[in-house]
Amino acid sequence: MATIELQNIAHQYDPQGDSAYALNNISEVWQDCGAYALLGPSGCGKTTLLNIISGLLRPSEGRVLFDSVDVTSLSPEQRNIAQVFQFPVVYDTLTVAENLAFPLKNRGLPKSQVDRRVSEVLAMLELTHRAHNRASRLSADDKQKISLGRGLVRTDVRAVLFDEPLTVIDPHLKWHLRTELKKIHREFQHTMIYVTHDQTEALTFADKVIVMYEGSVVQIGTPPELFEKPRHTFVGRFIGTPGMNVFEVNLQGHSAWIGNQEIKLDRSYELIDGPVELGIRPEYVALSPSEGVAARIVAVEDVGRHLVVRTQVEDQTVNVIVKEGSAIPESPHLVFSPDKLNVYQNSCLAEPKVL
Amino acid sequence: MKTKNNKAWFLILPVLALVAISAVIPLITVVNYSFQDSFGNNEFFWVGTEWFQELTQSERFHNALQRTLLFSALVLLIEIPLGIAIALAMPRKGFGVTVCLVLMALPLLVPWNVVGTIWQVFSRVDIGLLGYGLASAGIDYNYTQDVADAWITLVVMDVWHWTSLVVLLCYSGLVAIPEAYYQAARIDGASRWSVFRYIQLPKMKRVLLIAVLLRFMDSFMIYTEPFVVTGGGPGNATTFLSIDLVQMAVGQFDLGPAAAMSLVYFLIILLVCWVFYTVMINYDQAGQESTGGRGHG
Repeated sequence: MATIELQNIAHQYDPQGDSAYALNNISEVWQDCGAYALLGPSGCGKTTLLNIISGLLRPSEGRVLFDSVDVTSLSPEQRNIAQVFQFPVVYDTLTVAENLAFPLKNRGLPKSQVDRRVSEVLAMLELTHRAHNRASRLSADDKQKISLGRGLVRTDVRAVLFDEPLTVIDPHLKWHLRTELKKIHREFQHTMIYVTHDQTEALTFADKVIVMYEGSVVQIGTPPELFEKPRHTFVGRFIGTPGMNVFEVNLQGHSAWIGNQEIKLDRSYELIDGPVELGIRPEYVALSPSEGVAARIVAVEDVGRHLVVRTQVEDQTVNVIVKEGSAIPESPHLVFSPDKLNVYQNSCLAEPKVL
Repeated sequence: MKTKNNKAWFLILPVLALVAISAVIPLITVVNYSFQDSFGNNEFFWVGTEWFQELTQSERFHNALQRTLLFSALVLLIEIPLGIAIALAMPRKGFGVTVCLVLMALPLLVPWNVVGTIWQVFSRVDIGLLGYGLASAGIDYNYTQDVADAWITLVVMDVWHWTSLVVLLCYSGLVAIPEAYYQAARIDGASRWSVFRYIQLPKMKRVLLIAVLLRFMDSFMIYTEPFVVTGGGPGNATTFLSIDLVQMAVGQFDLGPAAAMSLVYFLIILLVCWVFYTVMINYDQAGQESTGGRGHG
């Protein structure tokens, strides 16, 4: 296991051409035994970052350190990491057991040791009864277990990296595999890094979620932190279904003005330059017949557990989550929980004035 | 519910008619000839299976068959490994890909008789670049007189002409392998050989099957090139089944024996292809059955 440290990592896929940076200057320290998720939309650089950590890709700039040792120039094999890919990778002509033995044999371990380790991992993955089956004939989720197993057979593996490993797995098996991953993590305390664009996967798997956006890390936090206090409007919008409401306001002390309607804040903010936005989760907005900010209802979506009411306030969209079966007022007004309101300046969370 | 309209069968009528005219009717004519003898004047006599019995004892047929089998074996043994090796060495991206693909495709675009003519001239000791070069270097080479030289010339010519096909097929198999396989192999610490043995070769199996079948059929039926280069000589040293057949049917006008020979020739090709196919596909199914069997156990 290892603590992973990134120092000023930047990457350009085509350094000769004037291509944009896939990653901009990322510096992070990820603790030993942690379960981290890299969350972000497609093309935000999360897979690039993962491949830089595993050594499949050499960063254009910066250093990667495992337990304070520079491994930037080492190959994946020398770094001793395991990686599970989006599509299950199995060696078709080998049996399940031979697949698991493959990395150990390549490292020249004695046969007795290989056999013992393979049977341990087979038991852990509940694949013992399929040990002598050809790997190519297994289902996608069993194949993905083998990909994972090839990483776990090595007792000295320093980190296990996952690149959207559940993409091709049937939804009902996703839960099962994710639970198993958590179990394996608790039991063996590997440092695990999990890349995904699925917030549910990230939030359920990880102790710490790293949200990436356009080649930069915009926030690192526990799932509740990301939900309650997104540090960037992108994080607010990306996490949650639907995402956080973000709308432009004029800020004056304890009050935010949307058009000529006032929203009371429980804290005061300095007058600041640049566009100011207010962010609030749809869960913390309530509909009222008279109180609050006047709004116009655009649509009501029934998502099963609750209703999502899409409203417009002065040409800006605000979503409200309402309990199933509750009445929707004729002339609706929106009530915002003051302690749940976040203020953003230039898309970044603004701190209230200390008095 | 899917609506079924049996009138759709009429849509395949043109194909049936075409296949009947191009394949079935000529084949039946050949079957008909193979049981009869003719003395010109369009007179035919029923001889039963006499031509087939004669064929099984014919030394001429056995020799031609052995030569053809040997030629196919040599061609497969050289072209398949060589084709795989070249495909592995070809670049995967960049400008080089187009250059390599065009170079590879060139020999395939040359008509058979032109290939024969090229090599016939190329190998001539008096004016050919290869033949004259070898002779000047002091190597005793003459494909019109020496059996080994004639064989080497024909095999090299076929390798030059057709290895590209194997290369292109293998290359298409190789580029279809997702990058993740190579990345996983690096992480698993696999050697270059292991990558070939456990990733590239299994993934190329399907295209290799096609390559083996095509190369077997083509080489087993080869006619034009050896006819142009050696004319079946020296002596009968390069008289393959196809050349022998044409001599018999067109040269000697022995329609009956030639028809019997064509049928046997056709059946041999069918049989060998079936064997190749079964062996290579069975490998796959063995895995499937063992999974099914033990999976339920």
